[in-house]
Amino acid sequence: MDRKEEILLISGVNVRKCMRCGKCSGTCPNYDEMEYHPHQFVYMVESGNIEPLLKSESLYKCLSCFACVERCPRDVEPAKIIEAVRLSAIRQKGANHIKAENVPELIDEDTPQQLLMSVFRKYSK
Amino acid sequence: MVYSYFPGCTLKSKATELDRKARLCAAALGFELEEIENWQCCGGVYPMAKDEIATKLSSVRALADAKAHDRPLLTLCSACHNVIKQVNNDMLKDADIRTRANNYLQLDEPYGGETKVVHYLEVLRDEVGFDALKKAVKNPLKGRKVAAYYGCLLLRPGAVMAMDDPENPSIMEDLIKAMGADPVVYPQRNECCGGYLSLDDKEAVAKRRNKIVKSAADFGCDCIITACPLCMYNLAKNDCDVPVLYFTELLAQALGVE
Ligand code: SF4
Ligand code: SF4
Repeated sequence: MDRKEEILLISGVNVRKCMRCGKCSGTCPNYDEMEYHPHQFVYMVESGNIEPLLKSESLYKCLSCFACVERCPRDVEPAKIIEAVRLSAIRQKGANHIKAENVPELIDEDTPQQLLMSVFRKYSK
Repeated sequence: MVYSYFPGCTLKSKATELDRKARLCAAALGFELEEIENWQCCGGVYPMAKDEIATKLSSVRALADAKAHDRPLLTLCSACHNVIKQVNNDMLKDADIRTRANNYLQLDEPYGGETKVVHYLEVLRDEVGFDALKKAVKNPLKGRKVAAYYGCLLLRPGAVMAMDDPENPSIMEDLIKAMGADPVVYPQRNECCGGYLSLDDKEAVAKRRNKIVKSAADFGCDCIITACPLCMYNLAKNDCDVPVLYFTELLAQALGVE
């Protein structure tokens, strides 16, 4: 299985439904922080141009807020493609984005457990 | 009505007021929260991957437990609600996930998404009813201007969460009215607070916080309410000095159960 197949399988998304309208990126609250935007994730996966995505910090900028999913007129679910590319990256050996030993310096007395649970689910395998 | 209650990790630690006041208000309004025994953390974020089962199992266990007691499963934290309701939808509609989760769990009776998942706010609206709630209010919050912050988890994906109109919700505004206060509707109320980015990219979250709180303040609120401990963490310390409260804190004030 190549990367594209793996990502399509993990996400369950049909990237060919995308009509390139850009609405997902237009509505993304974290657009400014991303090098590649949700519509680019969709078409770069479709065209098999996945290496740049795997190396990009953009993988860790998506908030999984589902605004793009809710507002895509073609029901493409771009957030699920981003999630699948991120998983494809962090499931590689030694590729965890956050390591447990670095967490203590990042938290404060109010940090909710929910944040730590979410971060480990999103950034580490 | 008795509900199987899933409090979640944060309500047992940093967000005890969300939990404690919810219990007091439930008792005052006549519904019962029976905490699920040995519940396990939902994991904080919905595991979207189609090929992952392990990350969905804590939700399935809680759902199956509620089913065994023949009760709806009630959540309070927006994240628990989002995770458990989306996993329940997978168990109902995705035969592959359902089969693999059941093959692993070997429950007495296979679980197939039968449990109804309700958020505390939905119980207030659909079972108690906002008219009855209004009658139970002892201290109407007259003159208070309250901005409801929905964020993303309560509403999206709309087709699965089905709590309210995902683009123009009203459930919390109706609650605010029932408590005798004035709801403040503002553009950023259903845009994400920055979520789990606040460990790794505090600057990006600060931008989200300022945008959301400023939007609410510009529309004249004196406080913001939320159902989510992570939204609370991300919004609480804001430059506009707008207090952020759990909705149950305000409800407890209104019902006079403190
Ligand atoms: S909103 Fe949907 S159809 Fe439009 S570019 Fe994004 S994924 Fe494609
Ligand atoms: S889920 Fe990610 S890509 Fe989609 S709108 Fe939210 S932050 Fe942007």
